[in-house]
Amino acid sequence: MATVRPTRKLDLDPATVRQARALARTAGRPIVRLARTHSTVSVERAVLRLAGVAGADPDGIPWVNRLVDEVREQAGLEHGVALPVWDALRRSGESDLTRLAQRASSGGLDLRVPEGRDAERARRASTTAVRRGITAIDRRRAERERMVAKIGDAPRQPWIYLIVATGDIHEDIPQAQAAAREGADVIAVIRSTGQSLLDYVPEGATREGYAGTYATQENFRLMRAALDDVSKELGRYVRLTNYASGLCMPEIATLAGLERLDMMLNDSMYGILFRDINPVRTFVDQRFSRQVHARAGIIINTGEDNYLTTADAVDEAHTVTVSQLLNEYFAKEAGLEDWQLALGHAFEINPDVPDSFRLELAHAMLARELFPKAPLKWMPPTKHMTGDVFRGYLLDGFFNLVGALTDQGILLVGMMTEAVVTPFLSDRDLALQNVRYVLDAAGRLHEDFHPQPGGFIQNRAHQVLDEAVELLERITDEPGKAPLLEAIGDGTFGLMKRPADRGKGYDGVVQQASGYWNPATEILEGRE
Amino acid sequence: MSDIVRPYGDTTGDGMVQVSFTLPVPHDKRAEGAALQLAAKMGMEPAILVHAKAMGPDFTFFVVYGSVTHLVDLSKVTVLEREYPLLTAKEASSTIKRNLRRKLVVIGACIGTDAHTVGIDAILNIKGFAGEKGLEYYREIKVVNLGAQVLVPELVERAREEKADAVLVSQVVTQRDAHLTNTREMSAAFRESYPAGSAPLLVVGGPRFDEHATAELGVDRIFGRGTTPAEVASYLVHALITSRQPEPTTT
Repeated sequence: MATVRPTRKLDLDPATVRQARALARTAGRPIVRLARTHSTVSVERAVLRLAGVAGADPDGIPWVNRLVDEVREQAGLEHGVALPVWDALRRSGESDLTRLAQRASSGGLDLRVPEGRDAERARRASTTAVRRGITAIDRRRAERERMVAKIGDAPRQPWIYLIVATGDIHEDIPQAQAAAREGADVIAVIRSTGQSLLDYVPEGATREGYAGTYATQENFRLMRAALDDVSKELGRYVRLTNYASGLCMPEIATLAGLERLDMMLNDSMYGILFRDINPVRTFVDQRFSRQVHARAGIIINTGEDNYLTTADAVDEAHTVTVSQLLNEYFAKEAGLEDWQLALGHAFEINPDVPDSFRLELAHAMLARELFPKAPLKWMPPTKHMTGDVFRGYLLDGFFNLVGALTDQGILLVGMMTEAVVTPFLSDRDLALQNVRYVLDAAGRLHEDFHPQPGGFIQNRAHQVLDEAVELLERITDEPGKAPLLEAIGDGTFGLMKRPADRGKGYDGVVQQASGYWNPATEILEGRE
Repeated sequence: MSDIVRPYGDTTGDGMVQVSFTLPVPHDKRAEGAALQLAAKMGMEPAILVHAKAMGPDFTFFVVYGSVTHLVDLSKVTVLEREYPLLTAKEASSTIKRNLRRKLVVIGACIGTDAHTVGIDAILNIKGFAGEKGLEYYREIKVVNLGAQVLVPELVERAREEKADAVLVSQVVTQRDAHLTNTREMSAAFRESYPAGSAPLLVVGGPRFDEHATAELGVDRIFGRGTTPAEVASYLVHALITSRQPEPTTT
């Protein structure tokens, strides 16, 4: 996507921009090293999912969890799950991996780390099996491209992004179709509260969620099929979004690729800061999930808007820029291209602050100019939506105006009933009228709008960029092998101190032994 | 002054209100009549239909203005008061800083076999709940979230180690009244291992608790479904600081 419109309205110093990216690289590189030398239970489960292991035991625990746990118990995970599993498959005479998993969980399977010729056989067999999954993802990507070409794409940018979240997939479907008919280009299905902390992916179509619907392969499939129907009806391809975050990020990314989801929320530090997930676990899981997204042609949405819901949107504006730069570095390292980077930012400045609109505009223009080829995802006000729906409607209008002026790729539609109720049918209709009015009335205002050289907006953008560089310098000056981990441990981001050896999911992290084998990574990194 | 009032549009006593609503009918004359009928039943007499718009083939959105016939008797208004004031994060933090001169330490956990950390995470995690940040966001509160399936002895030990001011426990699973059994076990363990009157404040929460059962369960406070972090923080500040302050002495 993204019609590239080179904009140089802020007169940013190219040397400062280069320095900011170089610092992000310096901060990120040791993390990548860490991610390359570790694995996690969820990465290993994703390998099995790519090889076709599906389903769950009668208690609802997926077979991939059972098998990985069994491998860990008997052989350790330091060599990866593939070597012991495909070795056992050959020796046991089982033809089917899921059956092998069932046998393993009843204690009837002998798992070991094979050596020599046995290891070579297991490497070859696992590569063949996992390649089938990756080929399926490739086919889904080609299918999307074909459908967009044949049916048609969203009529304009920004793409209009609407949320459904009933908890029941069978209620979500008609709501999502209705939202698409009303004008949504992208449908996001919010996940059930707490799914990010589940260390397994639930199975099947689900009808019970808290404030959202569980992300499952079957729910993905059902929703994508429903949106395919409505896409054909409307003559434009309606995109589907879900969340690759939390403890099962790699597996959910894999399922998203297999079921042709189009965008995934996938932030580099959100789980660490806001869900207290272990930093190492997060970075390892994230790299794998981003490699899958890159392959699947999925656009990732990063979560910088969250910083501003906890921190002050003026004082901490530069933390958004820092996070965008880090997200960009990690994303590119994992193989994602610019068009796949919907870097997040949000309209969250207190409207009582003088010049709040000019500040918002300066921040949004900064994101636009720093990342000229990325689609950017523009998030509406939430923190200062008070329940005064009339004032909220006006605020959303100004939010839309900034979106129109700064060429955002994706615009999450703000609801005047934010923080009051889940949106009424009429709220959604009014919100879309608001978006349409602003885009029709002022969609090309950016052609005429040039901030005064040396004026308020330019100065503010320069200031935020300078502060971002200072923060990145502070991060890279931290001691140790991975200064970014130290910085996260110190509470540099938000107010949260997240030490590298604490947090949820840490027990699921293993250091790779020499001879570690992960056929998915081998294929995704182009070595197989 | 009279206790009887009516809504105020632009003139005292005009009774004017505005409402908007959607009816699940296609937009036509009948739909507009239906909207006016609803307005009349709501006490709007006369009602003026100022806006009607189709929302898809099956729904119509209306805006109605009109004068309501109902009267409000101020003398009959009853208000249920919370026994403590609701504080913002900033107010809670400054009260703690001023009076405690150290951070207030809160330990949270799901005890027993309960793996549902939704409740405790909604209250403690910075992400929070219902648009409010969790207690981790409060500068003057130190949060130790032990997570799920914590054993009671472990909880007591960590509480002693951290010198906890308050212990927050959430319980979602209610099979065979597990939430009640677990809570009693927990409060008994704290009573046993602390000298009388020195145990931390014990707070439990979950969707199936009776909020009045504190004495029976041996805890200081029970919170039910829909409780927000600010309510919990405000309660902690009230119970641990404001309600314990000596009366100001006058000379």
